[in-house]
Amino acid sequence: MNIALTDTTDKSSVRQATALVDCDIHPALRSAADLRPYLSLRWWDYLQTYGLRSRHGFAKGTPFPKIVPGAARRDAWPEAGPPGSDLALMRRQHLDHHGITMGILNPLSPSGGDQNSAFSAALCSATNDWLVDAWTSQEPRLKASVLVPYEDGEAAREEIRKRAGQPDFVHVLLLSRTSEPLGKRRYWPIFEAASEAGLPVATHVFGYSGFPSTNSGWPSYYIEEGAAHPAGCQASIASMIFEGVFDRYPDLRFVVIEAGFGWLPALAWRLDRAWHRMRDEVPHVKRPPSEYIRERVWISTQPMEEAPQPQAVAQTMADIGWDRLLFASDYPHWDFDDPKFGLPPSLSAEQRDHIRFLNAHTLYGL
Amino acid sequence: MNLQNLGAIDCDMHPVVPALKALVPHLPANWREAVESRGIPGFESNAYPQRAPITARPDWRNDAGEPPAGIDRYRKAVMDRWQLGHAIGNCIYGVHMVLSEDMAVALATAVNDWMTAEWLDADPRMRASIIVPWQNPERAADEIDRCAADRRFVQVLMPVMAEAPLGRRHYWPIYKAAERHGLPIGIHAGSAYRFPVTPVGWPSYYVEDYAAQSLGFQGQLGSLICEGVFSKFPNLKVVMIESGVSWFTPFLWRLTKFWRGTRSEVPWVDRPPIEIARDHIRLTAQPLDAPDDVETVGRIIDQFQSDEMLLFASDYPHWQFDNDEVVPAGLSAISIEKMAVQNPLATYPRLRETRL
Repeated sequence: MNIALTDTTDKSSVRQATALVDCDIHPALRSAADLRPYLSLRWWDYLQTYGLRSRHGFAKGTPFPKIVPGAARRDAWPEAGPPGSDLALMRRQHLDHHGITMGILNPLSPSGGDQNSAFSAALCSATNDWLVDAWTSQEPRLKASVLVPYEDGEAAREEIRKRAGQPDFVHVLLLSRTSEPLGKRRYWPIFEAASEAGLPVATHVFGYSGFPSTNSGWPSYYIEEGAAHPAGCQASIASMIFEGVFDRYPDLRFVVIEAGFGWLPALAWRLDRAWHRMRDEVPHVKRPPSEYIRERVWISTQPMEEAPQPQAVAQTMADIGWDRLLFASDYPHWDFDDPKFGLPPSLSAEQRDHIRFLNAHTLYGL
Repeated sequence: MNLQNLGAIDCDMHPVVPALKALVPHLPANWREAVESRGIPGFESNAYPQRAPITARPDWRNDAGEPPAGIDRYRKAVMDRWQLGHAIGNCIYGVHMVLSEDMAVALATAVNDWMTAEWLDADPRMRASIIVPWQNPERAADEIDRCAADRRFVQVLMPVMAEAPLGRRHYWPIYKAAERHGLPIGIHAGSAYRFPVTPVGWPSYYVEDYAAQSLGFQGQLGSLICEGVFSKFPNLKVVMIESGVSWFTPFLWRLTKFWRGTRSEVPWVDRPPIEIARDHIRLTAQPLDAPDDVETVGRIIDQFQSDEMLLFASDYPHWQFDNDEVVPAGLSAISIEKMAVQNPLATYPRLRETRL
């Protein structure tokens, strides 16, 4: 039986009538030369001579080879350059095709975690300039992240202040594997500046803290690296709660991207129990951890959880809160979630609307 | 709570080594002398600071406020009170933290011999886990062979945060020996402290350390499955002890979904991880990190898609619950019996030898 998959003439008008926010799109540099106009001669030379250095030893790529080239959908490679580097293809294949009304660009390379903090600050600033010039000013549906050198709180604060009030930017972006748990004081300038600017702070999985991805050392496989991403997010959420970050910065909103969401209720339950037992150690934490999570943490849906009992996923979503889930596709990566088919079929129209755009509109003040 | 007349099996209780000097008689001469001449203070782990609330229930502490040592207190507080049939002693003295493998071998042997003398010989209901010098898996296998001759040793014990992920082939001599003797591997909360307790470094507070134990279990479950431990050792069972439980199924959703996209990397993982886990992993039910409502607890158990996963445990003397609330609220009498008797018997072949 043949089905015409492309016959969407009637539906396209319906699609356009409904908003759809994609909280995780990955733009890529065509090459490092894209950043040249925005780097001083010193840092451009440095990039040429020493290159990017994360806290791992691999000069090319990352410690775990991806399962497909560039971790990308095979159909997302433009004629020239890497996946995510061609705005025309992104428009055609993703924004237009799926009826995305707003997409948030989260660049992963360079990230804000280079070993050399001053270089990292220069790279972040250059990347932020490039995001505006090459993307958001060219395509009104796209918004950008403020990339920050997150291991250097002061420099990160400066970069956030520089972008504050600029409508191209909708959140501050960190990678999840920071070199210390995210509630530690060294990161407080980030939360302070983000609060001042009215921007949520988002953490996207990956990054290289310098410590292994498990607390027993390095696993062997890419599959384990993928499975372990939520662990760093769990530790950082616990840290932000127990260090008092959410009390200190009452306007701070925290967004977790590409970690899935199945683990979040269990984390809240575990932290509540641990807090209840060890309250004497953290007298400054006045409320159960689950309340901070419920009020202050937003979480993206990708990669969508899949369970043998489909109702379990919807139940987990209900535990987290229908007003806290954000749709994300992860375009152009291989584990992309399709907005048409990614959400559990059992959700009501209202629940779907919350995940597809209402929550993002509220969070990002649209 | 209704355990009366079941002969429930406590799958996690902790005999406390009162002090290093209790082990000295079980050490070889050179280490006996070293304890004295080097002034070795002992190997208690900071995973459970003595005065931290979690470390011992207030009414189970001794008169000095310390965690209770000795079998008499356990007998009175738990064994007799809940009419247990058996109990499995998991000694979490810090043998696993020691950096010299020679010292670890001597200490593991001493702890196992101390366990035999002070606990196993003291009550016919007691069973125990074998402590292994995992710093060297070949020598760990030797210790398993030595202890396994005593049928009262029913399990091999390893802490959850190791020198390397536990699925790594490096550890397989331990699994080979365990499978040969019909011993499950018990993985208990605790750390060798070779790495920070989180993937983002060291947190400030002990409460974060304790919460991070479940991160360790997540990593180890991934490692054991992805490295193919259960393909290589099809009869091996792993019991995750004091893991928190509620993290388990959501972790397997994610691992199974990832496996669908990445299985070419680990071709020996020849069926969905969630199914492998259902056949090979068991979990002790204290603590169960969930709200106290019956509906949520029921849902967590329902998501196992199996009534064979949970094993009854007191986690004595750790303070996981008050009064007699050792069993999660809302479980039916049938579920309680399954968890307290049938599942432990199915998991620990050696328990069946004296039970029938």
